[in-house]
Amino acid sequence: MSDHTSVSAGQRRAQRYLPLQILLGFLVIYFLVPFWWVIVNSSKDAPGLFGGGNTLWFADQIDYLGNLKQLFTYDGGIYLRWILNSTLYALAGGIGATVLAVMAGYGFAKYRFAARRFSFAVVLGALMVPATALVIPTFIMFAQLGLTNTVWAVILPSLLNPFGVYLMHVYARDAVPDEILDAARADGAGELRTFVQIALPLMRPAVVTVLLLSAVASWNNYFLPLAMLSDNRLFPVTVGLGLWQGVASANNAGGTSLWSLIILGSLVSVIPLIIAFFSLQRHWRGGLSVGGLR
Amino acid sequence: MTSITEKRAPRTHNEKRKTRGTIQRREHLTGWLFVGPFGVVFLAFLIAPLAYALYLSLFQKKLIGGTSFVLFDNYVKAFTDPSFLSGAWFVIRFALVAIPVQIAIALAMALILDAVTSLFTRFSRLMIFLPYAIPTVIGAVMWGFLYSRSFGPLTDVFGFFGATAPDFLSKSLIFYGLLNIVTWQWAGYYMIILYAALQGIDPTLYEAARMDGAGRWQIARRIKIPLIAPALILILVFSLIGTLQFFNEPQILRYLAAGTIGSDFTPNMYAYQQAFGLANFNYGSAISFALGGLVFICVYAFLFFTRKRRSFL
Repeated sequence: MSDHTSVSAGQRRAQRYLPLQILLGFLVIYFLVPFWWVIVNSSKDAPGLFGGGNTLWFADQIDYLGNLKQLFTYDGGIYLRWILNSTLYALAGGIGATVLAVMAGYGFAKYRFAARRFSFAVVLGALMVPATALVIPTFIMFAQLGLTNTVWAVILPSLLNPFGVYLMHVYARDAVPDEILDAARADGAGELRTFVQIALPLMRPAVVTVLLLSAVASWNNYFLPLAMLSDNRLFPVTVGLGLWQGVASANNAGGTSLWSLIILGSLVSVIPLIIAFFSLQRHWRGGLSVGGLR
Repeated sequence: MTSITEKRAPRTHNEKRKTRGTIQRREHLTGWLFVGPFGVVFLAFLIAPLAYALYLSLFQKKLIGGTSFVLFDNYVKAFTDPSFLSGAWFVIRFALVAIPVQIAIALAMALILDAVTSLFTRFSRLMIFLPYAIPTVIGAVMWGFLYSRSFGPLTDVFGFFGATAPDFLSKSLIFYGLLNIVTWQWAGYYMIILYAALQGIDPTLYEAARMDGAGRWQIARRIKIPLIAPALILILVFSLIGTLQFFNEPQILRYLAAGTIGSDFTPNMYAYQQAFGLANFNYGSAISFALGGLVFICVYAFLFFTRKRRSFL
């Protein structure tokens, strides 16, 4: 957590305003309440959940292990499959989209080629196209190619990340000086080698940011897989939990045991992303400011 | 060598090495090679589907007579369809309330975090950002639990004060129930972007202002906020695009709030219902195209009104 504020840190440290910090404290509680509820209530079994006990405190007999076992064995271990599917979609979509966005952003920033301005304007315009407006026609196109209800139906459309291109363009323009690239070329390095060995390291914070944002977008995606997939063994965890919630609500009495699985399932599903965010914090914080500064 | 060379101002360092034409042509080629792969994906998964959706939206499928070209009939139908209109009205109303609320909270938090540096504020920054890492679907599931009458805490909390708990899943309060969810989900993300922009401001400006007698509040209002205007506009545009496409949260809460949220609650839900529920792809495409048009108009109207102050992108 390195702050770039060391210049003014001295004066700022003196300004610990108590009322503001208390206000902040209330906000933090608000933002953490749902997490607290989920953590507490995933310790309960179905009777404990509906038994009218304290809804904001743990069960008398905390049984995380038993609940976890139930979660991962329910319906032949379908939950683990959903998590693995989500991981696959997030990694394949995220990495693919990042590679394309980094190359395109660098190309737009560092080469003067025909129709460059026009193409870039089109990409920027695409930021305003509602992603969901693309799902219906893409579904029909994929249906004609026999691609619906396969992993490709989710991965291929996730490769598109115009915002990533915009972010990389802005970053490459400022962080990669033309002089360094020309010096590398003068030393006989080819364009690809110049890109990989000189430009890429300079763009690293933005690359990590774009990777994280694309992977999160794929992991969070709901509309696209919901439309494309009908085999529940291909579902990502978002669609899977949505399915469970629908089932549990439909037969409210009979589906009570499913509720405790959904609660624990939501908790388990958010852990990977939280870990990814916190462990990569140092890298994405630098990149995130770029989009806002221009 | 070729006429293309005349179109741009040459970069002097290139001239030293070879004739401008060769360099130019090579630069064109490598430029396109870098942009090309993205270009292919862009054409395949954005341009082609858009063109196809437009094409589909111009046809109607009838039980008798099959598919026929109807030009803009589907759009006429959409803009006179109470389901589409009420959904569009809902998302516009929702955007007008939700976006200012989210941005005001995000801005307030960013200003506090920028002004006060302590271990606690650093911890708060992370915790406030945490919901962004949660899929919107899971966020809606979590809040659905909290709103739930059978196992949510609201009954207990309000019962403690002898009051009846509000039902955020009822028809009259669902607006606020959803407002709370999106604020929880996005305010932290916007806060991080604004905070990053605030950290990029040169601190000597504050010192100069302080010497001129400006107070803390004046510095925030006269220096900090104007300087992060581009970031504010950026997040306003993104939240506008996102809010008009509202789908995940109401779709998930539908199960819990049976009867409150219909299948035509937002335009996107209605398009989904038409296309995948009723296999009416033509009308579904027309609705999502109409929604896309709505987004475009709103974003451009917004950018037009803010243009006088500062240009975006």
